[in-house]
Amino acid sequence: MESRSRRETTVKYMLLIYGNQETWDSLGEEELNELIRQTDALNQALFESGELVGAYGVADQADAKVVRSPGGPGGTGDVPAVTDGPYIETKEYLGSFTIVDCDSEERALEIAAMNPASRYVGVEVRALLHEADVSM
Amino acid sequence: VSPSPHPPGRHGPQRRPGPAGPPDVADGVGATGRGRPAGPPDWSLVRQLAPEVLGALVRRYGHFDACEDAVQEALLAAARQWPVEGWPASPKGWLITVASRRLTDELRREEARRRREEADWARRPPPPPPSSAPPPPTPPSTSSPPLLPAGDTVHLDDEGEPGEVRLTGGRGDRGDGGDGPVGDDTLTLLFLCCHPALSPASQVALTLRAVGGLTTAEIARAFLVPEATMAQRISRAKERIRSAGARFRLPPPPQQRTRLRVVQQVLYLVFNEGYTATSGTNLVRDELVAEAIRLARLLLRLVPDDGETAGLLALMLLTDARRAARTTAEGALVPLAEQDRSRWDTGEIAEGVALVTGALRSKPLGPYQVQAAIAAVHDEAPSAEDTDWPQILALYRVLERLDPSPVVTLNRAVAVAMVDGPAAGLAVVDALAGDARVARSHHFESVRGHLLELTGDRDGARSAYQAAAQRARSLPEQRHLRTRAARLRGPGEGEGRSDAPPGGGDG
Repeated sequence: MESRSRRETTVKYMLLIYGNQETWDSLGEEELNELIRQTDALNQALFESGELVGAYGVADQADAKVVRSPGGPGGTGDVPAVTDGPYIETKEYLGSFTIVDCDSEERALEIAAMNPASRYVGVEVRALLHEADVSM
Repeated sequence: VSPSPHPPGRHGPQRRPGPAGPPDVADGVGATGRGRPAGPPDWSLVRQLAPEVLGALVRRYGHFDACEDAVQEALLAAARQWPVEGWPASPKGWLITVASRRLTDELRREEARRRREEADWARRPPPPPPSSAPPPPTPPSTSSPPLLPAGDTVHLDDEGEPGEVRLTGGRGDRGDGGDGPVGDDTLTLLFLCCHPALSPASQVALTLRAVGGLTTAEIARAFLVPEATMAQRISRAKERIRSAGARFRLPPPPQQRTRLRVVQQVLYLVFNEGYTATSGTNLVRDELVAEAIRLARLLLRLVPDDGETAGLLALMLLTDARRAARTTAEGALVPLAEQDRSRWDTGEIAEGVALVTGALRSKPLGPYQVQAAIAAVHDEAPSAEDTDWPQILALYRVLERLDPSPVVTLNRAVAVAMVDGPAAGLAVVDALAGDARVARSHHFESVRGHLLELTGDRDGARSAYQAAAQRARSLPEQRHLRTRAARLRGPGEGEGRSDAPPGGGDG
């Protein structure tokens, strides 16, 4: 089977929206509401086209925690070490992500461009290589 | 663990119907139902009824999309009731009756809703005179015909009228004018589900549901998407078919050939989707492979004279025959040359070889037949060293002419290397370096790495494998390529690294 150029059915892509607190703080109430409204509309449209796997907002990076096993790098003692997130000082952090299941990379890029957040920040598009195939 | 809608035991041996499956499925199931007490029911036989039941409904009532939903509901009801209440004497009759009832209920609800809306519109005050304001909404069209035939009565046992066969369920001309044989319905359905207006993903999903009789939940699990996503994809696909104006009848013969190629490609996609995913628990993926083979068998029964359909089925069987040897217990890929050939499925090989031999002898040549012939040469070699590489090289040359692609050329390069030496193979590979289609695929670097390794260039091979691993599209492939790269470290250098996490270190 490997001999033929493979036409794939769909590939999942993760669209990552990195936030910058200054950018979001600079938005007026009106603009922010519009952004939310457009995001909801986009998610609805992607659901209706059968492409949306899920869309998630990520809690503030101030609450992020990092867990290190005792034996791992930076791990000490004999219980897992829990510390505040490593990105606390960085300006840009993950704000939300969307997973779509679509026909091509072109389509994934098109969906990324439709995301209203792309007017303010870059939307990172990553193909998902693998997914745990467990029985549910 | 969520309850399966299907009786237990369907993952058992009956998952793979043998080559001598019953030619007339309906009779097979009927006989089972009548003859035996409720033994372990063979659900795959019930699923084979799905296209026949759907065909019967669409012929009688039109409304392909609503009929398709109704058949799905009837199958779900059967899966709930039959294991408890026993199998009906005529499973097909039961399914048609239940699906018809659901359909007419749904159509009546729809009709009532439409009447209500029209009544609401009639009561509304006239819109204000036009100004710069947006145009007033138009009332729903009243010109569309009623959804149910006049009289509003449904005779479930009525065998006479073929009824309205237009998929839109509206007025318009009839289909091919009568009840064709059941097989025609199934072929018509396959053509419809693989309608060119649909994306490949939608064609696959709709084919598996309407022709394969799988539930939305099963299809969603097989493609690892939420059930709601898959349900939406299927309903959108049916919408597109409707708006494309497709009808429930066979396309004219000149179009049939083109459409048949699409159907073959969709079945090939289903197979590949199941076959190339090699990690995790493989039950669902194995079912996709089995389903692709089952549908290819069905297609071949419908178009027995099409050599490419025979070639496609042969290719699936000859590829699937190696499945048990293709991965280790941990899910790591085993290359063809290193596979334990005693674990290959000799039954599938014999059937595949017979099919492709017959097709090659009597039918016009096509890419599936040639690929199947290549697979057959591999499968018939008692060991990797005994492989008839000159024969494989000749076949790749034919394939390259019939269906040229960089992937085929890369495979020819491997054959060239085996016949004329690795340097000759590398020359073929390097000639492809400028091809943009190759640049994004891991195949190029992976084949280059393999051939460099054969020439003894360990460093070159290692970096080619590493480059290939970065581009690989599945985790098992990526792990395999990283292992190949790691093996080429200097002596001693690779020690203790075999447990390194994938992606760690050399990425």
